[in-house]
Amino acid sequence: MGAMQILFLLAAAAVLGAAILVVTSRNLVHAALWLIVALFGVAVVYVLLNAGFFAIVQVVIYIGAIAILFIFAVMLTRQIGGKDGGSQNHSTWWVAALLSLLLMVGIVWILSTWQGFATELPALANEKELISELGKSLVSTYLLPFELASVLLVAALIGAIYVSWEKSR
Amino acid sequence: MSFLNDPIGIIGNWLTNLMTGWGLAPGFAQVITMTIGAFVLAMSGLMLVVFTIVMERKLYGRIQDRFGPNRIGPWGLLQTIPDMIKIFTKEYITPAGADKVPYNLAPILSVGGALMVWAVLPFASNIFGTDINVGVLYIVAVGAIGALGIILAGWASNNKYALVGAIRAVSQVVSFEVPMVLALLVPVILARAMGVNSIVDAQSESVWYFLLSPVAALIFFISSQAEVGRAPFDLLEAESEIVSGFQVEYSGLKFGWFFVGEFLHAFTISALMATLFFGGWSGPWVKAFPLLGVFYLLIKSFAVYLIVILMRIALPRLRIDQMLNFNWKFLVPLGLVTVMMTAVIEKAMPLLNVSDTWAPFLRVGAHLLVNLIIIWVVAVILRKTFARREPPVVGQPRPVAVPPPAPAPVESPAAEMP
Repeated sequence: MGAMQILFLLAAAAVLGAAILVVTSRNLVHAALWLIVALFGVAVVYVLLNAGFFAIVQVVIYIGAIAILFIFAVMLTRQIGGKDGGSQNHSTWWVAALLSLLLMVGIVWILSTWQGFATELPALANEKELISELGKSLVSTYLLPFELASVLLVAALIGAIYVSWEKSR
Repeated sequence: MSFLNDPIGIIGNWLTNLMTGWGLAPGFAQVITMTIGAFVLAMSGLMLVVFTIVMERKLYGRIQDRFGPNRIGPWGLLQTIPDMIKIFTKEYITPAGADKVPYNLAPILSVGGALMVWAVLPFASNIFGTDINVGVLYIVAVGAIGALGIILAGWASNNKYALVGAIRAVSQVVSFEVPMVLALLVPVILARAMGVNSIVDAQSESVWYFLLSPVAALIFFISSQAEVGRAPFDLLEAESEIVSGFQVEYSGLKFGWFFVGEFLHAFTISALMATLFFGGWSGPWVKAFPLLGVFYLLIKSFAVYLIVILMRIALPRLRIDQMLNFNWKFLVPLGLVTVMMTAVIEKAMPLLNVSDTWAPFLRVGAHLLVNLIIIWVVAVILRKTFARREPPVVGQPRPVAVPPPAPAPVESPAAEMP
């Protein structure tokens, strides 16, 4: 077991532990803060995969924007202390558990049939030019998914404007 | 001579060799050397704040027609040290309903967010913390951590004023991140690299990017002011409205830590501005003596920091709707137009088939011209929208009492005398 594997196991343990605390902590702001820890852990995993760009983007978007907006939304709600003491579980929690179990089995099954699952990590061909390679592949090989994601984001923007539009005017 | 050319590298090598000589594994020795380097970098950043605080207080004093600190040390230069000693001895107060862990974490995050930028700042061509190839994005990411510190402070204090300050901070920091990223894209496009050191390299080969894109430089300057939360964007601590905003419940060293964080962040954005738009360490004779770069960078950073301080002293605080309108309706469209025009010019340049001697001049001229046109169009639009109009004339004044005619001048007898 190399140093990389130890680091990966530590990061994965941090992500899982923080994720469990996100869903179990009664205080909503604490849950949002644990979510930030989990997202940091994912950024560490990206670094271990030699994808520094994705690690930074993870921090910019998920921690800098999304988690902060979560906290913002939570701060605007009442009863964030969660001292009512009721059950935190919905009555049909077993459906969610079953679905996520099925999803995990499916992912593991697909990965185990993939040939790259058992091979060693190949060395990167062009380590200095990773970002420009990424940019080029986004507009050549993966053009369709890239454009579809852009259309989705534009649709979300228009939807947000429509929802917040003042109808009286 | 070789020591003067690369002092940090030589000291680092010496330390590593010393530790391997003691029997440590080379990798381990390297990690210890890097840790020491990071510690020295962080401490020099914090020590610099001691003097930027004095500089700011002196300038404040001069502009308000008083002397500023002038008792301790020559010209009052050491005033911050007794202030520090005083703040060390103050009592820590934790409010009764405070959330302990976030409450204590917040000051650390707010200083750490500013200090982490120093990791990618190149002080000279061979003196920098690290040269990651996504440096510019890293700067944006680290800014988010400072914002997180403010939000945590506001929420964990269990105080309504602090919460209002935190909510203002979120709306301000998150929205001003958009024009800041747009403005940062312009040097990235011009240098064709995201690493901070590569951007400075590209500037040392051509000209400062302030000349190529003054609009982007101004957008970055304004939006980074808002990121720091200094006047005129100090709504998040607005003393006269929400006492002190997010830091109202903090005392002693924790309050001082916020103070240090704010000053350090302000100096850091000045250094970033100098690095990204004013050529960083580049200057005359810097190829022969790389150590001169530190001197150039400090001069440029302090020049920008002077403007930052003057703005803070001179300008009144904005209202929150003015701040948000200014961001979303002015800075963001302006940033989008600038980024698009820069990209179009950079792509169109190779199509023109200009000889290699004239191509750099044409490039600078085209960028500058387009930026001036953008500024002119913005000025015309602003004048149409916000010009101060004379009220319409509905009638002439009709005075009831008419002033009497002036008395005829009296012939003075003295005039006739010879």
